[in-house]
Amino acid sequence: MKLITAIIQPDKLDEVRESLIAAKITRITVSRVSGHGQQSDEELFRGQTFTPNLIPKIRLDIACNDEFVKITCDAIIRAAKHNGGKVGDGKIFITPLEECIRIRTAERGGGAI
Amino acid sequence: MKTHRYKILLFLLLLQFVPGILFAEEAVTDSGTTAWMLTSTALVLLMVPGLALFYGGLVRTKNVLGTMMHSFVAMAIIGVLWMVCGYALSFGKNALGGWIGWDPGFLFLSSLDNSITSAKIPEYVFAMFQGKFAIITPALIAGAFAERVSFRGYCLFITLWSLLVYCPLCHWVWASDGFLFNLGPKGAIDFAGGTVVHISSGVSALVAALYLGSRRGYPKTAMQPNNLVLTLFGAGLLWVGWFGFNAGSAVASNLDTARALTVTQVAAASGALSWILFEAMKHGKATSLGLASGILAGLVIITPAAGVVQPLGALILGALASLVCITAISIKNKLGYDDSLDVFGIHGIAGMSGAILLTFFIRQSWMKDAATIAGGSWTTFQQLGVQAAAVLITVMYSALITWGLVVLVNKTVGFRLNEKSEKAGIDQSTHGEQGYGLLNLN
Repeated sequence: MKLITAIIQPDKLDEVRESLIAAKITRITVSRVSGHGQQSDEELFRGQTFTPNLIPKIRLDIACNDEFVKITCDAIIRAAKHNGGKVGDGKIFITPLEECIRIRTAERGGGAI
Repeated sequence: MKTHRYKILLFLLLLQFVPGILFAEEAVTDSGTTAWMLTSTALVLLMVPGLALFYGGLVRTKNVLGTMMHSFVAMAIIGVLWMVCGYALSFGKNALGGWIGWDPGFLFLSSLDNSITSAKIPEYVFAMFQGKFAIITPALIAGAFAERVSFRGYCLFITLWSLLVYCPLCHWVWASDGFLFNLGPKGAIDFAGGTVVHISSGVSALVAALYLGSRRGYPKTAMQPNNLVLTLFGAGLLWVGWFGFNAGSAVASNLDTARALTVTQVAAASGALSWILFEAMKHGKATSLGLASGILAGLVIITPAAGVVQPLGALILGALASLVCITAISIKNKLGYDDSLDVFGIHGIAGMSGAILLTFFIRQSWMKDAATIAGGSWTTFQQLGVQAAAVLITVMYSALITWGLVVLVNKTVGFRLNEKSEKAGIDQSTHGEQGYGLLNLN
C-alpha cells in the first residue's frame, strides 16, 4: 500500500478530480494548504501587483494498493499541468503506507482501502 | 391621484424650456417627503450589496467574488448610464411612437438643477431614486447565468439590456405618458416594479439561461452554496431595503407610504413562514435557504401590489408566492435547465403571480375611484384584463429583446465563459483574486 500526496494548483482541482474519477480512483481527501516551490504568484490588490510569501495550494491524499499507484499518478499528472507544464504545477509524493483500517468494520489491510 | 401628480410634474418640467417664463416664486420642497425619499433612495441602493451577498453565498467558493461583482459592477455601469441618458430615455416625453421616452434636457441630468417635482421633492431625488431601480434590475438577471459568463460579456449585456429593455418598460409603466400607465381607467397596477423589475428580469433570466446553457457538470455534479451565512445576511438586507423600494414608490410620506410599508412587511413574513412550513411538512427540516427564498418570494409578489392591497391580502399573497415558487422550482428541476439561482423561479414567477393575483385583493376605495373615472362601473375582471395585458406585453417584449441581445453579445465579445476559465473559477481566471484569502496562512 502507498499513500500518494499530491500538491496541485487550486484552479486545477476540478480537472484533476474528473481525471481521477475517469481512471476509477474515487477515494480521495482534499485540503486547502499554503506553500511555495520555486513559483511566485502575482495577485492584484487595488491595482498593485505583489508577491505573497505563501501561495494557496490544494493537497490531495490518496491511499491505494500498489498496482494503482501508476494509474493514480498518471491521472493527476495529465490533468494538473497548465499548458503542457509550467512552474508551479505541483508535486506528487509517494510514501509507503503501513496500515489501513476501515472504521465501520475494523477491517485491515489492502481490502480496507 | 398618481396620474395627476405626474401631469403636474411634466408641466413644471416643460415650463423650464419655454423662454421668458420664470417661476414667480421659489418652488417649495416638503421636507418630510424629501427626507423619506432620500432615505428610500439609500435603502434601495442597499439592496444591491444585499443581492450581491444573497447570490454570492449561493455559488461555489471559486466563483464568490465574480458573482458578487455582477451586482457591484451594475452600481458602477448603470450608475453612470442612468445619469448620462437612462433617465432621459425613461422619463422623457414619448418618442418613437411611445416606445421610449426622450428629453434632451435630462441628458446628464442637466435640467434638474432647480427642478422641484409636484410631490414637492427635488427632482434630483426622484431621478436618483429611480436610478437605483435601474441598477438592481439587470443585477437580478445575473443569478440565472451565475458561474459561467465572461465579465466583459456581462458588462456589455447589462448596458444594452438597460437601454433597450429596462428604459422602454420603465417608460411605459411609470412615465405619465407611458401607454401601460394609461391602460384602463387607473392604469395597469404596478406599484413598485412587478413588471418593470421582476417580470422583466425573471423572463430575461430564463431566456439567457436557456441560450447560454448549463454550467459544466450540471445537474449531475452537486453545486453546493459556499456560504449560506452570506445568503441570509443578503436576504436580511434585501428585506430592509425593500421598505425603500415599496414604501418609497408612493413618492410621498403619507398614508400611501404607510400602507405600502405595512403590506411589504406582512407579505415578506408570510412568504418566509409558508416556505419553511412547506419544507418542514415535506422534508421534515426547515432550511435557512428556504426561509431566505420565502422572504424574497413574498417581497416580490407584493411589489406590484403594495399600493392597492390591504394587510389580509398581503398575508394571502405572501403565502401564495411561496407555493407557486416552490412549484416552479420543482418543475425546473424536472426539466433540467440551469437557472442557477432561480431568478425566473422566484422573480419571474412571483412577479407574474403578483401582477395578476393582486386584482382580487384591491381595496374597495380604489375600485370605486376607477369606476368613477371609467364612468360608472369597473369590475375586477376588467382590471384583470388590464393586468394580464401588461404582464403579457412585458413577457413578450423582454423575452424577445433579451434573446437578441444575448445572441449579439455572445457572437461579438463572447458571453459564455470558456471551459478552462469556468473550471478554474471566475475569481481566479477573470479577476485574479480569491474570495476567502483570509484562509491562506500568510
